[in-house]
Amino acid sequence: MRVLLLHPDRDVAVGDPLPERLEDLATDLSLDAVLDAMAADDDHVRRVARWVLLAGADDPAVVAHRQAVAADALADPDAFATMYRVATEALEGRRRLFFGRFGSSPETVLMQARRLLDLLVDALRRLRRVAESHRGLLSSAGMVRLCDSLAEELDDAYLDVLEGHLEELKLEEGVLLSAGLGRGNASRDHVLHRPPRRGWLARMLERESGGLSFVIPERDETAARSLAQLRERGLNDVANILAQSSDHILDFFEVLRDELAFYVGAQRLHRALAQREVAQCWPELTEDPDALAADDLVDAALALRVPEAVGNDVDARGRRLLMVTGANQGGKSTFLRSVGLAQVMAQAGLPVAATRLRASFAPRVLTHHTREEDAEMESGKLDEELRRLSALVDAAEPGDLVLCNESLSSTNEREGSEIARQVTTALLDAGVRVVYVTHLYELARGFVDEPERALLLRAQRGEGGQRPYRLVEGEPLPTSFGADTYRAVFGAELEAEADAGRR
Amino acid sequence: MTFRSLLWEGTTAPSARPAEPASFGDLHLDQVVSEVVRGREEYDLAPLLWVPLDDPEVIARRQRVFADLEDEGIAEAVSAFCDRMRRMRRYQGMAQRRHQAEEQHRWRLDAALVYVEAVQELRASLSAHELGSEGLAALRDHLEGLVASSSFAALVRDAEAIAEELAQVRYAITIKGRRVRVHHDVGQPDYRAEIEEAFAKFRERDARDYRAPLPPESQMTWVEERILGLVSQLFPDTFARLAAFAEEHRDVADPAVVTFEREAQLFLGYRKHLAALRNAGLPFCYPTVTPGARETIIDDGFDLALARKLASQGKAPVTNSLRLDPGERVAVVTGPNQGGKTTFARMVGQIHHLAALGLPVPGRKVSIGLADQVLTHFEREESLDTLRGKLEDDLVRIREVLDQATPDSVLVLNELFTSTTLSDAVALGHDLLERIRDLGALCVYVTFLDELAEGGPETVSLVGEVRADDPTARTFEIVRRPADGLAYAAALAQRHGLTYDRVRERVGA
Repeated sequence: MRVLLLHPDRDVAVGDPLPERLEDLATDLSLDAVLDAMAADDDHVRRVARWVLLAGADDPAVVAHRQAVAADALADPDAFATMYRVATEALEGRRRLFFGRFGSSPETVLMQARRLLDLLVDALRRLRRVAESHRGLLSSAGMVRLCDSLAEELDDAYLDVLEGHLEELKLEEGVLLSAGLGRGNASRDHVLHRPPRRGWLARMLERESGGLSFVIPERDETAARSLAQLRERGLNDVANILAQSSDHILDFFEVLRDELAFYVGAQRLHRALAQREVAQCWPELTEDPDALAADDLVDAALALRVPEAVGNDVDARGRRLLMVTGANQGGKSTFLRSVGLAQVMAQAGLPVAATRLRASFAPRVLTHHTREEDAEMESGKLDEELRRLSALVDAAEPGDLVLCNESLSSTNEREGSEIARQVTTALLDAGVRVVYVTHLYELARGFVDEPERALLLRAQRGEGGQRPYRLVEGEPLPTSFGADTYRAVFGAELEAEADAGRR
Repeated sequence: MTFRSLLWEGTTAPSARPAEPASFGDLHLDQVVSEVVRGREEYDLAPLLWVPLDDPEVIARRQRVFADLEDEGIAEAVSAFCDRMRRMRRYQGMAQRRHQAEEQHRWRLDAALVYVEAVQELRASLSAHELGSEGLAALRDHLEGLVASSSFAALVRDAEAIAEELAQVRYAITIKGRRVRVHHDVGQPDYRAEIEEAFAKFRERDARDYRAPLPPESQMTWVEERILGLVSQLFPDTFARLAAFAEEHRDVADPAVVTFEREAQLFLGYRKHLAALRNAGLPFCYPTVTPGARETIIDDGFDLALARKLASQGKAPVTNSLRLDPGERVAVVTGPNQGGKTTFARMVGQIHHLAALGLPVPGRKVSIGLADQVLTHFEREESLDTLRGKLEDDLVRIREVLDQATPDSVLVLNELFTSTTLSDAVALGHDLLERIRDLGALCVYVTFLDELAEGGPETVSLVGEVRADDPTARTFEIVRRPADGLAYAAALAQRHGLTYDRVRERVGA
């Protein structure tokens, strides 16, 4: 029994540990805002959505599979919500019945597993009925396959057989085992048989054994324990199978709940963005290299927090590097985040906040953002920054997308630019796409002469220092409008604006 | 050839139980012995490792037995044999402890079966191997005679027949409430398989094992004994034949086979000890042991107890050599603390004792005299009330050692007279060494007194080496050269900035 909603060929182990660097990705892209919208207070949805967004997908085919399921979730939210609820209730069952832990004796395990399976078989029946009733409203390969296989595998005849076994294993007519003689003539190779029933077999056994029987005396507890032990030799294996089966069914419900949770979240996110009148589209992920073209690309995280987030149009036209310079608070970081977030959401199978997006599929999205602690110029800081950059280089492979935000600003401009230039050039030559937001004039200027692979964007300075948060193509200017920001904050003029290029 | 003993053929075993030699603690041979006998306590092997032999021919015989056991195939066969004999004894014990006849009889049968297997397998394997030792060859001949005997053949035939019959027995039990019924198995299907099949489609990966650990089946309870009693009524003929077998074959083991088993344990235990160290790359050899020999060659020896400890941490000790020409009898070992001096001294003592037991010894090549005993005096840890009391104790003990020693003894003396003044210690040391030289015994003398390393031609000076570029680093190598404790001290002082010039610079800087 497989779920296969997140991946066409395998169940996705949501919750498997992710590489450390993805924590940085979540922070750098302000993923929390997106997750808040997806979760709507359901921590489980939040956990799953976070994992799926950060883990991404293996290839564009997986993305297409998810997009189709997500489209079903937008079209028939009720099917997803109901199945999600059935799975959640089934998973609650084990904890409710016996605090989530099996006992240690076979008799206890058998009793617990039997009661749990009663509940789980019932949940399977309900799940199948939901699948049957919604089947006609769904069109994605993932949901159609799931509903069909539920209908086929879990028909009433089969579920009745399971319930029959669970009834038999109450062992109301006692336990029947057979055994052979082992060392010291102790019994061995115990085999459990279908419990005797009132009927011809029971009568036959009784007649056949004649007087060969005995009764444990009433108050002989030692003997009673020995007898229980003998029963347990017969029941141990069956109790084990039952307990394992309940685990397996719980595993199924767990995968089902996890995978549905993502689509429940997808539907909520779509609704939240739509309520804010943010345009959304199904992105096109291509195997073509160096593709990045978007219309009205909005930072979804920002849009979920403030009204009227400004969108950007961008078309890299086959260029591998986007180098973004320009005014402070001019929307550079927002742009960088909108690119990264769109890529991550697209690869998770979600719609993106744009009217159009076409981008190369990127096996990994890697971020390198300046950190508070990097900001001061100290050898230790540069060391730390370089250590993170080195980890990024360790992780990067051709086709990846690297997002740099003010990287290497913890040293002076000349050194920082030189290191950055060498690292960036090496990444590009290796086939890695880079979007680099920087104050480093030296660095940016170095790519002016390479229009075939570098697209230079500039945050605009509007009239009177007012910024429209829109980027335009343009060469870097030797200063970053620090004076504007200074003025906005301090209400006074910055003395020497001649401190070009330095922070 | 009749088989008597692997250990004592050609000599007589000590009639009384010997005592552990007083030197064992100092030499850490007590640790070695407890490692060798670990898991074999029931055989009381330790005393066999206490008594040095006085006949080189007996030593050579033991060495040849050991050499045979170096063969992986022979060692495995002997080891498997010993395991089976242990099981046989355990089953015999069960036969005595259990109360119910059906159980006792079956344990006797099980003991007989495993004994038969032990003898047959060992015989087959010894016959298939080339044997270099008289001891194992005699055993092989003995076993061949035993297996060919009509009584053994009858035992095998009877045991196998009844065992086969019992294996066919299968019965059913119904438990309902407190009532237990026993009846013939009517061939119903295995319900477990049915359940497994029914739930199979949910199995996507390996599951946790929820089976409870139940007590071993051989521990029969009263209930099971009652059931067994009823089963014997279901199959009366089979159980009658079992009873007859048990009556006829009460004690099956041949006495010579039992003797061999204990003695083999000694070799197996020592071999196991060696194997771990050989894996760590340490050499062992069969020493040449010559009574009265005055020449000593130990190449790449090491302290067996230390090696064991280091091996458990994945390390190996530094090996050391000792070569003494005829006439050189006293090796005085000086050098830095913790530099391996005591370890070296122990090594020499251990090798002499182990060689006199007829066992392989640590080292690439060893050629030594046959020691009648290894005597030791190591500084005691415990503090006595007064220094005078400690010195007196030292002297009393060394007196006892000298009284016991013969020219064939090996003396290992470690840091004596630390409780008196330097000049007294030098004087006492010289006097003691003079007595030892007069006696002519081989002596390793570990001391912090460089003065004692200078003596006549009988005295050889050995020094614990340090690394040339870092005087705080010990190499644990003991080399033959004049004592020079002072040079080491100067180097160490320099490293710590405590030379004359440096101290002048630093003071008041």
